[in-house]
Amino acid sequence: MSSCPEHSAPEPAFEQPWHAQVFALTVALNEAGRFDWPDWAARFSETLKRHGLSRELDGGDDYFHAWLETLEALLAENGAADPDEVTAIRRAWEDAYLGTPHGQPVHLPSSR
Amino acid sequence: MPHDHHDHPHALLPPDPALRVKALETILTRKGLIDPAALDEIIDTYQNRIGPQNGARVVAKAWSDPAFRAALLEDATPVVADLGYYGRQGEHMVVVENTPARHNMVVCTLCSCYPWPLLGIPPGWYKSDAYRARAVREPRKVLAEFGVTLPEGTAVRVWDSTAEVRYLVLPMQPEGTEGMSEDELAALVTRDSMIGTGLPKVPA
Repeated sequence: MSSCPEHSAPEPAFEQPWHAQVFALTVALNEAGRFDWPDWAARFSETLKRHGLSRELDGGDDYFHAWLETLEALLAENGAADPDEVTAIRRAWEDAYLGTPHGQPVHLPSSR
Repeated sequence: MPHDHHDHPHALLPPDPALRVKALETILTRKGLIDPAALDEIIDTYQNRIGPQNGARVVAKAWSDPAFRAALLEDATPVVADLGYYGRQGEHMVVVENTPARHNMVVCTLCSCYPWPLLGIPPGWYKSDAYRARAVREPRKVLAEFGVTLPEGTAVRVWDSTAEVRYLVLPMQPEGTEGMSEDELAALVTRDSMIGTGLPKVPA
């Protein structure tokens, strides 16, 4: 046994489902050639640096918040996802969740 | 929490960032820029198939096979690719060897660059400000917090991973394990021992 169990215990790769989703989205876009990884890493490290100025980042949820913010900015800049459209679709998803009976799968209305 | 009722008349609303990710996914899927099935495949890969067990196999083989070890230290990327470990964030991997004179430790001071094909997704602490800032400044203190105390005469070398070069530590083989099979050896190799913040397990 290791002398330091709290550091060697297996951890899930992703703490939250959305961490995995935003990670996979970024990897898929990189592989599709929408941006290269060194460019991504440079932008992401800028975001981390900016967030880290006001508080100590713990590498968990705050790390993926910085990740998402970086991806949103990158996609706004290269035109793949306009911020106003993101806001509108995000709202449509929220409405869909609130309007779907508990236990039913949630879908966006096809018109949106 | 946005919804703390005991019975939900509607589906549980995911947190704000989850909705923003769903919005991006919807927009990019509609534009044909991504395929949702490919996203599921990526998640499954990193959740279930790629992890430190890959790196542990490489280390166990290096301990057992001197020619493999020499080739690994010379140019790791093609050598581990031969074992099937290549791809995303593994384009250029460098293996650094611990010796009685030098202990190696890996950090990414910029963000969280890490050899995904060998170790999977980095743990939270690797991505934390505390580790990223302190690993370079006071590595011995950080090591002590991980329960690693090195002999006085062992120097610590810290390697800063980048988007171009990712490092893996080859830990020293524990004494008394010379006759073990590669499978038995691989079971001794912890993730942290390949980042340099731990040592391999010692057989009971």
